[in-house]
Amino acid sequence: MGRYTYLAVLAGCLLAAVWLEPLFRVRVLRRWRRLTLTVLPVAAVFILWDLAAIAAGHWTFDPDQTLGVSFGPLPLEEALFFLVVPICALLGFEGVRASLRRRAATTPETTGDPTPDGAAGARANRQAGPSGEPACSTAGGPE
Amino acid sequence: MSYTAAAVLGVALAAALDLWVLRTRLLARREFWLTYPIIVFFQLLSNGVLTGRSVVRYDPAAILGLRVLYAPAEDLLFGFALVLTTLSLWCWHARRSGDQAAA
Repeated sequence: MGRYTYLAVLAGCLLAAVWLEPLFRVRVLRRWRRLTLTVLPVAAVFILWDLAAIAAGHWTFDPDQTLGVSFGPLPLEEALFFLVVPICALLGFEGVRASLRRRAATTPETTGDPTPDGAAGARANRQAGPSGEPACSTAGGPE
Repeated sequence: MSYTAAAVLGVALAAALDLWVLRTRLLARREFWLTYPIIVFFQLLSNGVLTGRSVVRYDPAAILGLRVLYAPAEDLLFGFALVLTTLSLWCWHARRSGDQAAA
């Protein structure tokens, strides 16, 4: 793969996670403003760490396995890493949350419904959504 | 400062941000601990390629020398700090905006 090695790894990470957006409807990429406000500050801080580590000689990059485009000592791929990894982490996090919500919504009520129409009660509960949803919740938002 | 010391400090700062500064308390939440193993699996895979093929090389003097799938153990701490900071800020924005920014 030569000089595309690092870039290929980043592409692999994105491919492994991006399908969650349409299939799990995690709405990470759709909420692009919040995504930008999250990813850019984090990337800035960690790129500073990276630059300090390169300056201190903690790590170096193989020029034969990167494109050769760089910002000072920072290869383009290493900068992209700090965009790709946070986006993948957010897709995974919202994917887990979506599947937890789905499970909560389909699990039958186990608390024994005293009303004769138990199904209707369960349906009402389902519409109300799982209680105690933490502050990060976005499940009930409009599609 | 060695990479080892920087990585431990990074995790401590990320935890402080989550627990006390932004108060998103992801470290106390199930969603986070269900997500993290998935992320760490892919991290070991991708980082294993980067370090196994020597795309990134580390100064032996800056690390402990303990390696997990070719990558120095310090990378796991670095990744943890990166992921926790990202998710914490994401949740903080959600709480602040009441998710108005869903556009």
